[in-house]
Amino acid sequence: MYRFNFQPVFDNLDMLAYGAWLTVQLSFTAMAIGLIVSILGAVAKTSSIRPLRWIVDVYVEMIRNTPFLIQIFFIFFGLPALGISMSPNTAALVALVVNVGAYGTEIIRAGIESIPRGQIEAGRALALTPTQIFRYVVLKPALRNIYPSLTSQFIYLMLTSSVVSVISANDLAAAGADLNARTFASFEIYLVLTIMYFLLALGFSTLFGTLRRVFFNYPAGR
Amino acid sequence: MIREFSSVDLIFIAMAIRWTLILSVIAFIGGAVGGLALALSRTAHSRALRWLSMSFIQVFQGTPLLMQLFLVYFGLAVLGLPIDPLVAAAVALTLHASAFLGEIWRGAIQAVPQGQSEAATALALSYRDRMRHVVLPQAMRVATAPTVGFLVQLIKGTSLASIIGFTELTRAGQIVNNATFQPFLVFGTVAVLYFILCWPLSLLARRMEARMRLAVTR
Repeated sequence: MYRFNFQPVFDNLDMLAYGAWLTVQLSFTAMAIGLIVSILGAVAKTSSIRPLRWIVDVYVEMIRNTPFLIQIFFIFFGLPALGISMSPNTAALVALVVNVGAYGTEIIRAGIESIPRGQIEAGRALALTPTQIFRYVVLKPALRNIYPSLTSQFIYLMLTSSVVSVISANDLAAAGADLNARTFASFEIYLVLTIMYFLLALGFSTLFGTLRRVFFNYPAGR
Repeated sequence: MIREFSSVDLIFIAMAIRWTLILSVIAFIGGAVGGLALALSRTAHSRALRWLSMSFIQVFQGTPLLMQLFLVYFGLAVLGLPIDPLVAAAVALTLHASAFLGEIWRGAIQAVPQGQSEAATALALSYRDRMRHVVLPQAMRVATAPTVGFLVQLIKGTSLASIIGFTELTRAGQIVNNATFQPFLVFGTVAVLYFILCWPLSLLARRMEARMRLAVTR
């Protein structure tokens, strides 16, 4: 019979909690930068400049049809051949941003395309500047329309970020791997890690629900 | 010894695709069985069944696939079974696929108008016949596009099996990279191979989705 031994886990809960904090930081930074990349990507994809659309298409398809693990290997091990070297933590952040940017671009593009033309024309009739039209008439309602898909993509990003531990970037999974190398209580450690990731996902989803009520709490038009 | 990246390495990497495919097929078949069971439980009368299947889906969609792989891998030892990366990867990916397919197919079943099921009941069809001849065939039309889309996610997911030591495409790339130290070339090649596997499926899913949308609006 297998004897469970959770002692090493309980003795090092502070270390795991710190790892969880690093995962939260990494995910939020990647989300914030990734959101900007996604908006720029979506704007480029809906623009009238064909080469720009084409470049974004190549980026999105390349990222969406290859595994994140290979992307992070390529960025961390492959790019130094071109003279671009990064620390594991930076490479992890870059890989996550590049990854979520591709999915986010597609999601936000769908949001922008869901805005009826009449709404933009109404903005123009009200003498709004093009920047104002983009910000208030296109982008905000677009984000509101695709909010559920975007935030579930962000939660998926946080779960995916566990993979960055393979290039020895610091996060929750890396803290667990460290503990495992010292104590060999493998199953117990990964069980607790899984529970911690689940709680993080629940926390994120609660937070996104609150943000939705703060930013998009106005009656739907149409 | 560091040696050049040669055609032998390229063949080694390309041959490893078969393990990526085998793992994907196993997980997809297992996931289809599990997913159907979950989708039927999610739409069942019994509250306990609905709750159980919902919890299963939430847990597997709310935790990283990497953790699921580690848990199954080390869980085999807990159960006193020999640790085998292929078995661990196949089981973990099957559970993972079951949760995602279960959720996709639940949506598809619920997209079939309630009246269809009521009419079948009125015709005195049993639950089995109602599902088999009335509800599921209609749900399948809605489900195919997202199912193909998930297949892409599953193929990409098999790359994580390399972390528990199963030699599929990604791990083959790592092995060659360790010998040749040409990461740009090696991982670039591996990325292209994944792209060749996944892109046609992505295109197919998108085309099916577009056709579905046309059929719905018509």
